[in-house]
Amino acid sequence: MTEHLLLQVTDLQAGYQRPLVGPLSFTLPAGQVLVLQGANGAGKSTVMRALTGEARCFAGRIERPASVRLACQPQHSPLPAELPMTVREYLRLAQAQPHRLGGLPDRLASLQGHRLDHLSGGQWQLLRVFATLCQPAPLILLDEPTNNLDPDGEALLVALLKGLGPDRGVLLVCHEADFVGHVAHQLVEVG
Amino acid sequence: MDLLLEPMFRVPFLTGLMLAALVPVVGVLARLRDEWLAALGFAHLAGAGGALGSALALPVLPAALGLAMLGVAARALWRRQGNDLYALMILAGWATMMLVAAVSRHASTLGQMLVDGQLYFVRGPHLVAAAILLVVSVPLMPLLMRLLLRLTLLPHQDQANGVPVQGYLLLFNVLLAISVALSAVTLGVMTAFALLYLPAWVAFGLARSWRATWLLAAGLGVVAYLIAFVLALLVDLPFGPVMVATLCVLGCARFTPGLAVR
Repeated sequence: MTEHLLLQVTDLQAGYQRPLVGPLSFTLPAGQVLVLQGANGAGKSTVMRALTGEARCFAGRIERPASVRLACQPQHSPLPAELPMTVREYLRLAQAQPHRLGGLPDRLASLQGHRLDHLSGGQWQLLRVFATLCQPAPLILLDEPTNNLDPDGEALLVALLKGLGPDRGVLLVCHEADFVGHVAHQLVEVG
Repeated sequence: MDLLLEPMFRVPFLTGLMLAALVPVVGVLARLRDEWLAALGFAHLAGAGGALGSALALPVLPAALGLAMLGVAARALWRRQGNDLYALMILAGWATMMLVAAVSRHASTLGQMLVDGQLYFVRGPHLVAAAILLVVSVPLMPLLMRLLLRLTLLPHQDQANGVPVQGYLLLFNVLLAISVALSAVTLGVMTAFALLYLPAWVAFGLARSWRATWLLAAGLGVVAYLIAFVLALLVDLPFGPVMVATLCVLGCARFTPGLAVR
């Protein structure tokens, strides 16, 4: 595996009780955004879960240099109904470094003292995507990051992805063609 | 009032005080994991262990802690989050405790003490066990809090980066089981449950931050304990029900207009 590659997937077949997706191959170099595309149920999220160890890898290889940490935003991460933690505490917990992305966006800065369980669905989504992006991890996995985001939130996300450093790479699952068109360097068809 | 200053009550007082400060914080984490029924599950197993130990002429405290540890092993094998296993522990523990009490007078007496929560009969070994638990838990708690919060709010990430998540979860379950088992044999089964559940429940509703949550829970536990200790002694009532009633009264704060966050 060459040094600037963050992730190399070769002939991967992944699933749970049995393989659901693959064989699939792709490589993600630093500085790129790679988008997994495919119909509903094609297995895009299963590929993401295979990368985090939630889904089983039946065949093929997933190679990530030992020094490359990953940060991930799963598709579904509902907040507990009651959680007395502030946005500020959440960002600290996630080891988020907002200065890496030009500081905390205004729409999140005004929420810093709020409890997480008082956020709207869109605010929570924007917060967790932002926290994922500004962690000190070279490899970033985002599964449907535009869910619940309004147009301003999507525009902010495009700007954040374009502002990532050349040492970082993003593996993305998304159905929104406009958004994908703005951020993708590579497209990989799944299924 | 002179009763309160009697040397014979110092050991029970200190033992209970340590547990009253620690167990609510453990309860905050159990609530975060949505596993608050663990308190009743481990408490009933500890009660069953104590009853078995009593019937077999074994030391009660180690027997109670031993059976609670069996519950931890079952929890590790269960591998699913939620309260189902704890419901099984409650029922199996209760049935064992009642059956053993039915055939052994010693176990029957012990069972009644576990129901009443006879803190004032606590002796040195309980104090030593509570002190060890506190000394071990205090440095561990920030680490466990951070890990359990990340598991809830940043799922799968630590595991993907090679953090031994299952090991930490096992450690938390051991801490939870020992805290509850020791509380059950010291303060009573229902008191252990109330101490783990109610302060955390109130704090989750009232606190404006995570830090405030565990501080408030620990504070509520200690205040309720001090009130109950004095009241039960002065009015000559069993400690357990007085402590639970005090926690219930303090729990009403959750519904106080102006205090509740929502």
